[in-house]
Amino acid sequence: MNWGSTSEFFAMGGYGLYVWGSFGVTAAALLIETLLVRKRFSDTRRTLRRELAADRDSQDQS
Amino acid sequence: MKPRHKRLAIIVGGLAAIGIAAALILNAFQSNLVFFFTPTQVASGEAPKGRPFRIGGLVKEGSLQRTDITARFVVTDTAKEIPVTYKGILPDLFSEGKGVVAQGELGQDGQFTASEVLAKHDENYMPPEAKAAVDQAHAASKTLKQ
Amino acid sequence: MSQRFVNWFKFASPASFYPLAGKAWPWFAALAAAFCAAGLWLSFFVAPTDFQQGEGYRIIFIHVPASWMSMFIYCVMAFWAAIGITFNTRLSGMMSSALAPTGALFAFISLWTGALWGKPMWGAWWVWDARLTSELILFFLYVGYIALTAAIDDPRRADKAGAIVALVGVVNVPIIYFSVKWWNTLHQGASVSLTKAPSMATTMLWGMLIMALAFWMYSIAVALYRVRAIILERERHTTWVAELPEMQQ
Repeated sequence: MNWGSTSEFFAMGGYGLYVWGSFGVTAAALLIETLLVRKRFSDTRRTLRRELAADRDSQDQS
Repeated sequence: MKPRHKRLAIIVGGLAAIGIAAALILNAFQSNLVFFFTPTQVASGEAPKGRPFRIGGLVKEGSLQRTDITARFVVTDTAKEIPVTYKGILPDLFSEGKGVVAQGELGQDGQFTASEVLAKHDENYMPPEAKAAVDQAHAASKTLKQ
Repeated sequence: MSQRFVNWFKFASPASFYPLAGKAWPWFAALAAAFCAAGLWLSFFVAPTDFQQGEGYRIIFIHVPASWMSMFIYCVMAFWAAIGITFNTRLSGMMSSALAPTGALFAFISLWTGALWGKPMWGAWWVWDARLTSELILFFLYVGYIALTAAIDDPRRADKAGAIVALVGVVNVPIIYFSVKWWNTLHQGASVSLTKAPSMATTMLWGMLIMALAFWMYSIAVALYRVRAIILERERHTTWVAELPEMQQ
């Protein structure tokens, strides 16, 4: 164990800003990418469902 | 030759051509890609004259003197040495016996006036206890040789 | 022999790859989460303080794996590009475009964490040495690939143009890797390489390798998820998409 206390952990021996700046931005970037990919997939699926449903409706009418 | 094989041949040929071209270009630009010059290179006149450039090497042990914000130290590559003066804050990893890169101009008197000093660290990472053990081992092997 | 050949091409068709990717990505996501937890624990609680850089060196646990990923993903893109041009398969272009944003992200993370590491240790956020410059070029290659393929409306032609960028740009990857050997750089040499024993304490090395595995699994999971979206977008007029269970209401 490297840390005597929580504040010591966050201070990172004086390099807190740099270390947490690196880890924080990386975590945020990966999280945002995940959310964007999920949104892209579900948006595409929703549009396709709607299109296909519309197709089926027009076929039923004819 | 099937069209598929032909395409493959074109790709391989194209890649080889690009690779060779890149190698040639890089070779031609090699002199411009040099980030710093060692004191030996400076002594043999390889460094550009009349414009700022960077020198790199080790900070000579026992050469660092600080007065107010002015630092004086000697950059060495164990063969040649260049004295440097610098006004400003030195980076955390700057210390005697460690790597340094300084940007600035070389005066007529051979004194290098730096406008920027960067620390160049090595690729070794270990806990302080391990470092102490390594140093001790080095010292021991030295005394054994003598 | 011919049997194996047929099977291989079966998975190369978007219709059979789509459900396969759908089954595979949750496993890779779970592995990514597990490796990430283990890697972070090693990075902060097991790996000791460095003798030179104190706690500041802990940036290495994301900087190095992210840099490795940015180079590796580009190589995989170039591999798919070569397959696409040679065999004219539809899936390969989709794989390349599914990988590009993740590769660009890791190149960005590599540059960002490098800046945050360089400032306290070297004394500069950025220098134009060969290592940093070639990694920046890699980032621009990713951005160029994404911009070019987005600019061309016809997906097949976009794939072709993108494949050329991927293949030409792959030359840059060995340049990044060997830059610290070929030229005088401010960036230090490699701590981990195939030709010599790593110059790192063992627990530090493990932290870095586990984080690299986490990034690896993450990239596979995200790329598989994204390729599913791309397959749906491009194959939306086919009967197999219309017959997918998730398309019935």
